[in-house]
Amino acid sequence: MTCLEILTWARGPGLALALAVGVFGVLLRIIEIQALGRKPDFATPRDVTPGSGWRTILSRSLPPPGMMKRAPLTYFGGYVFHIGLAIAVFGFAPHIELIRGLFGIRWPGLPNLVVDLATIAAIAAMVAVLAGRLADPVKRMLSGFGDWLAWALTFAPLVTGYAAFHHMTEDYTLLLAIHILSVDLLLALLPFTKLFHVVSLFVSRWYNGDIAGRKGVAA
Amino acid sequence: MSASFERGINSFKEVLDAPIASFFSSCVHCGLCAESCLFYTETGDPKYAPIRKLEPLRRTWFQEYTLLGKLAKAVGLSKPVTDAELEEWAPLVYDSCTMCGRCSMVCPVGNDLTYAIRKMREGMAAAGHAPEGLITATSRAITSGSPAGVKWATVQAQIKRMEKQFSMTIPVNQPDVDYLVLMSSWEILNYPEYLGAVGRIFKQAGATWTLSEHAYEATNSGIQIGVSDLARELVGRIVKAAEDLRVKCVISPECGHAYTAIRWEGPNLMGRPFGFEVKHILEVLDELRSAGRIRLKGTIDKPLTYHDPCQISRRGGVYEQPRKFLKALAPNFREMSDTGTMNWCCGGGGGVGANERAEPLKIVAFKRKKSQIEELGVDTMVTACANCRVTIEEALEHYHMDVEMLGLTELVADHLEESAS
Repeated sequence: MTCLEILTWARGPGLALALAVGVFGVLLRIIEIQALGRKPDFATPRDVTPGSGWRTILSRSLPPPGMMKRAPLTYFGGYVFHIGLAIAVFGFAPHIELIRGLFGIRWPGLPNLVVDLATIAAIAAMVAVLAGRLADPVKRMLSGFGDWLAWALTFAPLVTGYAAFHHMTEDYTLLLAIHILSVDLLLALLPFTKLFHVVSLFVSRWYNGDIAGRKGVAA
Repeated sequence: MSASFERGINSFKEVLDAPIASFFSSCVHCGLCAESCLFYTETGDPKYAPIRKLEPLRRTWFQEYTLLGKLAKAVGLSKPVTDAELEEWAPLVYDSCTMCGRCSMVCPVGNDLTYAIRKMREGMAAAGHAPEGLITATSRAITSGSPAGVKWATVQAQIKRMEKQFSMTIPVNQPDVDYLVLMSSWEILNYPEYLGAVGRIFKQAGATWTLSEHAYEATNSGIQIGVSDLARELVGRIVKAAEDLRVKCVISPECGHAYTAIRWEGPNLMGRPFGFEVKHILEVLDELRSAGRIRLKGTIDKPLTYHDPCQISRRGGVYEQPRKFLKALAPNFREMSDTGTMNWCCGGGGGVGANERAEPLKIVAFKRKKSQIEELGVDTMVTACANCRVTIEEALEHYHMDVEMLGLTELVADHLEESAS
């Protein structure tokens, strides 16, 4: 199999397969959550609080008072990584082109320099949060195989994408193929690792906001 | 009630619901819950990370309710929960969690860990791993009506004392009144002035009220221990008394978990909404003042602060009302650094105070509150929960701190226009 054939597979059948597994996994896990149901709450809510769940979906993206100071690396590293990754994934013109090809939607890309800097920042933040995970006794205790796997699954596309963009090896085609294969792997495994939080946090934040909102607390 | 490991696991399976499943699905092991928990911040021991306290419940969910977990269990990659593990976890679930809810406010993916701990305690109790102190308190509550064994005769004695002290009549078993007033054991035993304060305030407000000899105790150790059947029995007594007396509103006293028990969990334990309202005393006082039915006079000029009881503020939504009173009565009222719904717990809620095994840890956890008080430099602290007050007073004694604790209801009563000197 030549590098070109690998690349062709990775962005053709490979990507389709990864998307199929990913979508199946996401649906399965959402069903697994929702199938457990929730008992009705007979306590009269303090106020009529429509939207408290939705508000928490947004508000929980900000650190509560005093917390940034207690865990600066977790918050700062987390923001830089997530924002950097989002810029790299959704701001890079060829990615947008790929998404347009698949789903028919498009938006303007960001200048390459911005994407490049964001990628470097995201890579640096990932290294920093990994070091933080290894150094912090709580995080180390909570971490298992799944945590290291999730980190590697996310790190691989960033680094290979960066290397491919800068033509860091002579065989660009191979590098691009590896990049896309790493994305395929990420998409396929996302629902089965803690990366699933990208979907489930909307559900958990909503429940949290709803439970607190009924009691008159903006959570 | 016979406890067994099997019953515990079955209870875990029963309490697992969509919110908890979403919480476990979302956790990214960021450790921020630990940073929000006083049992971790004051000990530095990672085992107190709130999410870890839920590990047996999480694994039960993973193995029973997810395809991946079932596969992992089948091939031996996910170990089944054992009774020895639950025993090991009991001090984490009962001694080092006051269900204060601070972690639930902080978790970036929105996990309401406190909600899950409350549910997990159901399984822990069913498996026979509830702490002795809480089991005793709950048994006493069922047999005698109060977790501290306070009998109606004791309440009667305090009624007489208050009637004499404040020249008033305290109504008992009066039907068709506005309010049924409940008390916590601590108020009956340590702070009967609360009852006198309520009487004085209602007298000025012209509100009709009563105590009930069948339901005077508001605390609910069934909820703290995690046995819904017993919690239902205790709430049921209040509901029956309120309905028999046809009161409009039941007033939860200055006790945090009592408020959670009757206001938020009560209707769910009974499986129906109540035909009467349930309010915390601070809500009632605020309403009476807003309606012009109570008038305040005079101020306390010394600097003071307010300790938000977690179940009343963060888990109950009553955080503006006490501040309205304090701003009116105390020109030198100062807020602590973390306050309102982000306040730090006293360390003795959620049954921790009734659990002797937790005593040394509770004292260590209090260092958080201690540093908050020291940072502010006040020597008076007001609160609205008798359990917080007892926990704090004991700890202040332990740390040789000269800080006076005041109950907000008494403070209001002492500043009623009529009674002000």
